[in-house]
Amino acid sequence: MKHNGKLYLELFLSTLRLSAFTLGGGYVIIPLMKKRFADELNWIDEQEMLDLISVSQSSPGPIAVNASLMIGYRMGGIPGALITVFGTVLPPLLIISFISFFYRQFRDNAYVNAVMRGMQAGVAAVICNVVIDMGHSVLKSKSILSAFLMVGVFVAVYFFKINIIWIILACASIGLGSGKIHAHRTIHKNATESGDEKRK
Amino acid sequence: MIYLQLFWSMFQIGLFSIGGGYVAIPLIQHQIIELHGWLTATEFTDIITIAEMTPGPIAINSATFVGIRVAGIPGALVATFGCVLPSCIIVFLLAKIYYKYRNLNAVQYILSGLRPAVVAMIASAALSIIMLTFFTGGVVPDAISDINFISLAIFAVGLFMLRKWKISPIYVIGGAGIIGLIVYLILRR
Repeated sequence: MKHNGKLYLELFLSTLRLSAFTLGGGYVIIPLMKKRFADELNWIDEQEMLDLISVSQSSPGPIAVNASLMIGYRMGGIPGALITVFGTVLPPLLIISFISFFYRQFRDNAYVNAVMRGMQAGVAAVICNVVIDMGHSVLKSKSILSAFLMVGVFVAVYFFKINIIWIILACASIGLGSGKIHAHRTIHKNATESGDEKRK
Repeated sequence: MIYLQLFWSMFQIGLFSIGGGYVAIPLIQHQIIELHGWLTATEFTDIITIAEMTPGPIAINSATFVGIRVAGIPGALVATFGCVLPSCIIVFLLAKIYYKYRNLNAVQYILSGLRPAVVAMIASAALSIIMLTFFTGGVVPDAISDINFISLAIFAVGLFMLRKWKISPIYVIGGAGIIGLIVYLILRR
């Protein structure tokens, strides 16, 4: 990928547009980013997208800013990262600056509230859609551990409101532990198999 | 030096809000109301409401709002910059580590544990938004009148269009806003 002006412009305009539609919490930017950068532009695949979210989630700060920075860095190095952060911060900065002069009228305006209620239903559909896609690909991997982690984390976060830091630490350890055990078993199995062959 | 104070306050909020916007709210409250008295409690409730109604992360929205109230447009810029700076530095380092070491087995194992967790976290956020959209008060209702059928219909049509025709999420959100404007205003009459 060439680090040229066209790439930077695409990064800036994409993050600017996505950020302007990120209503109702940082996670809403995930389906928008997946659609734009994975499905439309084909810059990254879904696995890498999930990795970027994992990293964004493991760091302090807004997930939308963190995930944009990861994409910017991936595609255009440090200048790319600065551009995507700028593109993500600009819409809320401008909108809030503008609204702050008449925020009470804005909050109580019937038109604004009608649009917001409609958009909230749209946002619900968008985030639900990405959960179906991503959940499907986790189940398709046919790993019982992954399926178990997915259900377990959902219960822990939604019903027990467990802090995300603990969940990240726990899942990272479980992933590392099971991977090590699996690798150990494979090496062991290969060793016994080659031993068998030698005996033959 | 008001700009420095703003910057430092927001820097701390940005640094310690790990795990989503709602973790940031008590931090913001502590810095802005209790420590500096930059906003009253009512103004703070207002800004949380506004932040939920406008796009963008809650921490950035409140940083901009506080900045502009305390020191005008330059204040907004300083506050927002302070708010994103810590996460930018940390994520930048993590990004470097990720792209350098992501092919190592150990990193692959860790990521394979985190991927299903991330999907679950998004699912949890999705369910919260769905509850808020469909039911008055965001909890499973006792009466049918508490179910918001208009939102339910917009949701169903939106999801159908996303899955069947793969149209861009931005059009779904924008279109839902236009339908909301028309339907809810007609119903109010």
